[in-house]
Amino acid sequence: MKKTVFVGAMAAATTLVAGAASATVLEEVQGRGELHCGVSTGVNGFSAPDSTGEWQGFDVAICRAVAAAVLGDPNKVKFTSTTGQTRFSALASGEIDILTRNTTWTMSRDADLKFSFAGVNYYDGQGFMVNKALGVSSAKELDGATVCIQTGTTTELNLADYFKANNMTYEPVPIETNAEAQQQYLAGACDVYTTDASGLAATRATFADPENHAVLPEIISKEPLGPLVAHGDDQWGDIVRWTMNALVAAEELGITSANIEELSKGTANPEINRILGASDDDLGAMIGLDKEWAKRAISAGGNYGEIFAANIGESTPIGLARGLNALWTQGGLQYSPPFR
Amino acid sequence: MATSSEIPGASFRLSMLIYDTRYRSITIQIVFLFLFMAGFAWLVDNTLTNLAEKGKDIDFSFLGMRAGYDINQRLVDYTNDSSHLRAWIVGLLNTLVLAFCACVTATVIGVIAGVLRLSKNWIVSKLMTVYVELFRNVPLLLWIIVIFAVLTEVTPAPNAFRGETPSASMLLFDSVAVTNRGTYIPSLLFGRSLGDVNLGLITVSTNYFILLLVLIGSIWGYRKLQSDALKQQEATGIRPTTWWKSLLILTLPLTIALMAMGAHLEYPALKGFNFQGGGYIRNSFIAMWLALTVYTGAFIAENVRSGILAVSRGQSEAAFALGLRPGRTMSLVVLPQALRVIIPPLISQYLNITKNTSLALAVGYMDLRATLGGITLNQTGRELESMLLMMLTYLVISLVISGGMNVYNSAVKLKER
Repeated sequence: MKKTVFVGAMAAATTLVAGAASATVLEEVQGRGELHCGVSTGVNGFSAPDSTGEWQGFDVAICRAVAAAVLGDPNKVKFTSTTGQTRFSALASGEIDILTRNTTWTMSRDADLKFSFAGVNYYDGQGFMVNKALGVSSAKELDGATVCIQTGTTTELNLADYFKANNMTYEPVPIETNAEAQQQYLAGACDVYTTDASGLAATRATFADPENHAVLPEIISKEPLGPLVAHGDDQWGDIVRWTMNALVAAEELGITSANIEELSKGTANPEINRILGASDDDLGAMIGLDKEWAKRAISAGGNYGEIFAANIGESTPIGLARGLNALWTQGGLQYSPPFR
Repeated sequence: MATSSEIPGASFRLSMLIYDTRYRSITIQIVFLFLFMAGFAWLVDNTLTNLAEKGKDIDFSFLGMRAGYDINQRLVDYTNDSSHLRAWIVGLLNTLVLAFCACVTATVIGVIAGVLRLSKNWIVSKLMTVYVELFRNVPLLLWIIVIFAVLTEVTPAPNAFRGETPSASMLLFDSVAVTNRGTYIPSLLFGRSLGDVNLGLITVSTNYFILLLVLIGSIWGYRKLQSDALKQQEATGIRPTTWWKSLLILTLPLTIALMAMGAHLEYPALKGFNFQGGGYIRNSFIAMWLALTVYTGAFIAENVRSGILAVSRGQSEAAFALGLRPGRTMSLVVLPQALRVIIPPLISQYLNITKNTSLALAVGYMDLRATLGGITLNQTGRELESMLLMMLTYLVISLVISGGMNVYNSAVKLKER
């Protein structure tokens, strides 16, 4: 940089440093040897630090897979906590390379905010959680209720639409983070907590008395959650998209973290060979990576099904069923385009 | 040469801009101004270029679009169908209400604490010292969060008021309910309402407007009565009895107006999930109000103390010599003079309160920062525009406050002739 320190400081102050677009994101990430990921401030199972301070979760695993594909090491990731309000500024300014923070794919975020969604890692919908003592069995009975809601989210708008459509009133209590919402809800300062159904399950799992809280049957919106990157670097978008696809394809083709070494020696299935770099086709070169990028991504945390089961599946405290997130071959929506 | 005989310095040479003290300061200022403008232009150009590179432009048309979100505390009509512009106004009014309430109470607390800190009573003055040092030395945000948490955790949920033997009960003859969502109070209803007048941006209740007019008229009448009494006292030496007249002037017109409009109180009652009816003061507002009051009150107390100490001892000694009691000495002699020292820093405290209301986000109070700078910014993705508008709004509010306070300051300051 030829600019003086003073001018540089002023440029940094505007968070719009000139020349950011000159290098591709891939070169930048490989240059600094670290992937910058935006995650939530703590949603158990999706992205939350564990007792040793390591970030763990379903969204975190996507990040680690990308880091493994790009840098060869799933641990070379710097996680940045973002709130519903700060996440898009962080991504747009280049502070983070990729946002994996249960973010809903909408048209305006794609087209107006200029982000590319790399796919959907969790098909979700907005639900309501209430204390069973209230005796509410349907969201239609919530007229006049006080509702805790995270600001800056699509759930905020869905909530307004739902109550308006059903001719009901409510008292919104705007909240910044999931932890605050949990505290307010448990103190009884709001009757209802609304967010994505997966988030409700994750939050309920951390309660002392999860059996006393019910998630109402109504799902009032479609919330396809997925990782996203900023517009302007299609190669980077492709890397994230195909890393995700590789995880889904791996589950479909039966590639697991247990048998991946075995399979990468070569199999009868040409698609497995192409994904794992065991054949002459070099898919990695198309996105600026080496032949074994997908193998590393899958080794990082296993295939999509393994990641799901380990973080939010039925054997975990969060206990989410695959549901819509089962593979297309099993009646779900998870589907990877072909690798060729 | 012929030129050598001329008077030196008569002609202007370019080097004089640097070496001649007459021009040097101007040169430096002009050069600095150009550098500053160039730097500013570079910043603006850099911003615009980078925004263009990201495919973003500067466009304020989002203000006219449907907001789509709800705001809990609204002083003017607002639904999720209203525009972002209207959400901005709702947030602005919430900011102003909070700032106004906090300024009033912080001043009251500050003056009391400042005066009491100078008390000769050891316990009182030490207590005030503890108050001042405790509150002004802990960050405001912590006070806000602590007060909010206490309000949420200590007070009962509306549910606790339910049932045959409720664990919580309403206060003041079942008229006020303190819950962990806020405080429900009785509100004034008008049986023969005169309706509302729509003024475009806001609707004004005719009832309250008339009440305000009556109140202003009463106060004017009361002051007239007092000044007439004073005139008579100065002319004859005897002060006429005024207490029953002033009581009548202050209360009778208001009572007649209230009765004419059929005013009655509506009490909050538990219905459905929450109390319905009556007025509702949210805990977020109470927490902000309390925190701003006690925090800024501690600063104002110190301003007041310094103002009082600035008045020379001779003044109060002279007042005592005239036989004035300590209370009257303070209010008639010391405080009026102390005001000259107190007002200028008080202006900055009012500005601080106004700007500190933007911390309301911490407890979910829907102020300007939470509506325009929070949800609107986030839902539309117009960061720069929203931030600029918000900065402009705070700037205008602050300039208005300091302008008004400066007028007051020049009214009370020492008039030297």
